[in-house]
Amino acid sequence: MSDNVLQVNDDNFEAEILSSDTPALVDFWASWCGPCRAIAPVVEELAEQYAGKLKVAKLNVDESPKTPGQYGIRAIPTLILFKDGKVADQITGAVSKSHLQAAIDKQLA
Amino acid sequence: MDVVLLERLSPGGQVLTTDVVENWPGDVDGVSGFELSDRMRDHALKFGLKIKNDEIIKLASDGQIKVLTTPEGEIRAKAVILAVGAQPRKLGVPGEDLLIGKGVSYCGTCDGPFYREQTVVCFGGGDTAAEEAVFLTRFAKKVYLVHRRDQLRAAGVLAERVLNNPKIEVLWSQVPLEIKGQDKVEAVRLKKLKDEVEYDLPCDGAFVFVGTSPNTGFLRGVVDMDREGFIIHDRNQHTSMNGVFAAGDCCSKLLRQIVVAAGEGAVATYAAQRYLEEVHE
Repeated sequence: MSDNVLQVNDDNFEAEILSSDTPALVDFWASWCGPCRAIAPVVEELAEQYAGKLKVAKLNVDESPKTPGQYGIRAIPTLILFKDGKVADQITGAVSKSHLQAAIDKQLA
Repeated sequence: MDVVLLERLSPGGQVLTTDVVENWPGDVDGVSGFELSDRMRDHALKFGLKIKNDEIIKLASDGQIKVLTTPEGEIRAKAVILAVGAQPRKLGVPGEDLLIGKGVSYCGTCDGPFYREQTVVCFGGGDTAAEEAVFLTRFAKKVYLVHRRDQLRAAGVLAERVLNNPKIEVLWSQVPLEIKGQDKVEAVRLKKLKDEVEYDLPCDGAFVFVGTSPNTGFLRGVVDMDREGFIIHDRNQHTSMNGVFAAGDCCSKLLRQIVVAAGEGAVATYAAQRYLEEVHE
């Protein structure tokens, strides 16, 4: 696993993501989800590519069910872009890297 | 031959969303979709395959050379095998797109655990619909299976599991009209085909298993396709474009199974090699 991807959970979600100075992308995933696994290398590449500009994190919905519940997540993978503690964009399903880049660039612009 | 696999996500495709593959020859007790994907990838890596994470947005010819356009550049190749796969087809009813990820799902093995002790509605009547409806009974307290015909198209053993499962109720000869809900799925509106009666069925989730749609949008007008967008090929997997072959679920054919895709892959590879010897040597 890439060092650039932060592991977050119910306990540190507020401190790491909601209070983050930089925008954050959170990948909500679980070990039993095939598309989550499919998209994992893309998330790692994005973490590397946007290092310093975007915080990239993963949250395991099995271990931390409270946070996905708060955001009404009922399908994974779901990727949420947070900006100033608020949901700026939400993408469900294993989408391509270019699709995610476009969504990120829009928020960083 | 110098071969590279261009992979948009990570290898596995629809196999990765299959809980247990029960019809892969030799795996008598079935094999998880995860494991089979990994084994196939590792098998190919062992023989020296290079895998590159990239997405193809355009295919064109430059004389005898094929030009593949990616978001960041161009890859030139003497022959191409298209194994772009397929993805679940949508119902195409109002509410569906708005509620994706909020109760509308195309993958029971991914999202089933979000529906513990809840009520879900599945759409479809084929093998995937039958398998996934049964899988969802592990979590949901009640599973409705809505099918437009009066019998399932799923293979006998799969259909039997549906019909014998006390948590599953099949709603025969009915079609969806709308998926209802504000921030999450609250009900599906159905129509009974026999007497045209419409009604709302309250539920927490709507799972769609009504076939697949090929990932061939970027190939439209480049290679010949059937009416649904599946790629037409000859018995050597050669498409209408010289030096371009196709294999797997993106192909126009009768049966879409992993074993069929693997066989087509073998034929396409051999045919591509023959093509290179004849045309480029």
